Amino acid sequence: MKNRKLLPLLLALLAAYAGVWAMMSTGVINDYSFAVIVTICINIILATSLNLVTGFTGQFSLGHAGFMSIGAYTCAIITKSNPTLPGFFLGVFAGAALAALVGILVGLPTLRLRGDYLAIATLGMSEIIRVIFLNLKITNGAAGLSFLPQFVDWNYLFFFTAATILLLRNFINSSPGRACISVREDEIAAESMGVNTTKYKVAAFSMGAFFAGVAGALYASYFYFIKPDLFNFNKSIDILVIVVLGGMGSLSGSVISAILLQLITAWLASFPEIRMVLYAAMLVAIMLFRPQGLLGSTEVGDLFARRFGRLGTRKSEREV
Amino acid sequence: MEVLLQQLVNGLSLGSIYALVALGYTMVYGIIKLINFAHCDIYMIGAYLGYFCMTSLGLSFFPSLLIAMAGSMVLGVLIEKIAYKPLRNAARISLLITAIGMSLFLEYGTMFFVSPKVRTYPALSGFMTKSFHLGNVLITMQQIVILATTVVLMLALQYIVRYTRSGKAMRAVALDKDAAQLMGIDVDRTISITFAIGSALAGAAGVLVGVYYNTINPLMGATPGLKAFVAAVFGGIGLIPGAMLGGYFIGIVEVLVAGYGNSMYRDAVVFAILILILILKPAGLLGKNVGEKV
Repeated sequence: MKNRKLLPLLLALLAAYAGVWAMMSTGVINDYSFAVIVTICINIILATSLNLVTGFTGQFSLGHAGFMSIGAYTCAIITKSNPTLPGFFLGVFAGAALAALVGILVGLPTLRLRGDYLAIATLGMSEIIRVIFLNLKITNGAAGLSFLPQFVDWNYLFFFTAATILLLRNFINSSPGRACISVREDEIAAESMGVNTTKYKVAAFSMGAFFAGVAGALYASYFYFIKPDLFNFNKSIDILVIVVLGGMGSLSGSVISAILLQLITAWLASFPEIRMVLYAAMLVAIMLFRPQGLLGSTEVGDLFARRFGRLGTRKSEREV
Repeated sequence: MEVLLQQLVNGLSLGSIYALVALGYTMVYGIIKLINFAHCDIYMIGAYLGYFCMTSLGLSFFPSLLIAMAGSMVLGVLIEKIAYKPLRNAARISLLITAIGMSLFLEYGTMFFVSPKVRTYPALSGFMTKSFHLGNVLITMQQIVILATTVVLMLALQYIVRYTRSGKAMRAVALDKDAAQLMGIDVDRTISITFAIGSALAGAAGVLVGVYYNTINPLMGATPGLKAFVAAVFGGIGLIPGAMLGGYFIGIVEVLVAGYGNSMYRDAVVFAILILILILKPAGLLGKNVGEKV
């Protein structure tokens, strides 16, 4: 991927920003649909950051919701005591930094594990975080924190979402990002070529945790209310579903599937009794017919480039 | 001392249930390397089957247990044929997502058909209501039945795996699928048998948990399922004795933490032990560390 593809991406982001902004000012988007958009953006941040860990670096993590909850609670506690705009930004960055720190602390010992064992260790980690939040005084236990000050509007939401996508894209195209991909492709070969695999695995893991923290902070600051059960194992699974459905190792795939899944969920909300049954059946059906996800490991940009003959050979679709 | 003994008795009952569920996880993982997330919902459906046998059909405990096991067995095999078999050669993560989808489908499908309300198992009658005192330690007949059923099922499983042709085939496929196929073993059939046995054990665990804790609901499988999986990993995933050991260990630890410490932390302690085991001995307590081939 060359830099010339940055322009279409920026244009697409700008179009999305202007489109939503125009629809908001003309009143096409009401409060309910804006809540859907907020959820989509938060899911985009979560899915792209998990894709960095699982799709690009090949480290199977089932604990993303744990990092999200760290960001959410940190931001909630900070904005509750300091309900100003600087307080909000402090909350977002403190939450993200704390999540990244926990990511490093957890990642250092557990990233030695491979495949399913790592998944189970990260799962255990996020359950431990949840139980801790369930028992701390400052987080108000199972009842959670409510009446949080709301700061997130479309501008901030867009800023954080776009920044996440751009930063992750640039990271993946950078030399450390390539090192991460080499770890996914073949860890032993990467190591023998002089790639410090532990370093890049921990880096990707803590970066994923950082953005999950951002997403959690945005969540806390839009939806007024957080409780530990929001960030349970099922939340981690939801994020993983978005990533796999979009295609492991495809940022644009994650973005598209986050939008698609949320639209499906919003549409299914009109059939409350069988909503989850249909959702589950669809999930199984999609996996049966397209096991590599919507985009496999290609990006939308590659698809266009291939169409116009800029890319000579088709990238083979990998399996993890 | 008596309190400790009492806790151990309670822990053994809970551990039996975890061990039965863990066996299904570990057998399926051993043979197709899949964390079968739908397994905990088969356990839930087993509990419901037992419930309907006892209430609508008015059957007693043992016939209900057998019907629930048979029903779960059929369900497990159906899930394998419909959802997992077409993906046998796909990436493992797609298989995992399919398992998650299947799990959600079973949970919310059950909720749709039998309503999400909590149901209470019928009161037991006859000999099941008895209890004994050993000193100050109270042992209920239910606990004895749970333990006895579990032991019988485990012995039966050991017999099947060790001394029957199907069991030999299962071990061979778990060891090397391709080689087993070359030796004339019907791999698809063997995998189905594995799912059948694992699901029957989970169905039995469902009925036992209904009898022990009395209440069941469509989402009852999630947390015990996770813990049973932890138990399987703890003992060494893929190993049948490991799942038994892990199940009893997790059950006893959980009861002890709830009894002596803070019951709010019991899940955290279980997972902390899991992470420690994974870091210190990644292949589990009974597992052998296999060196990586380059």
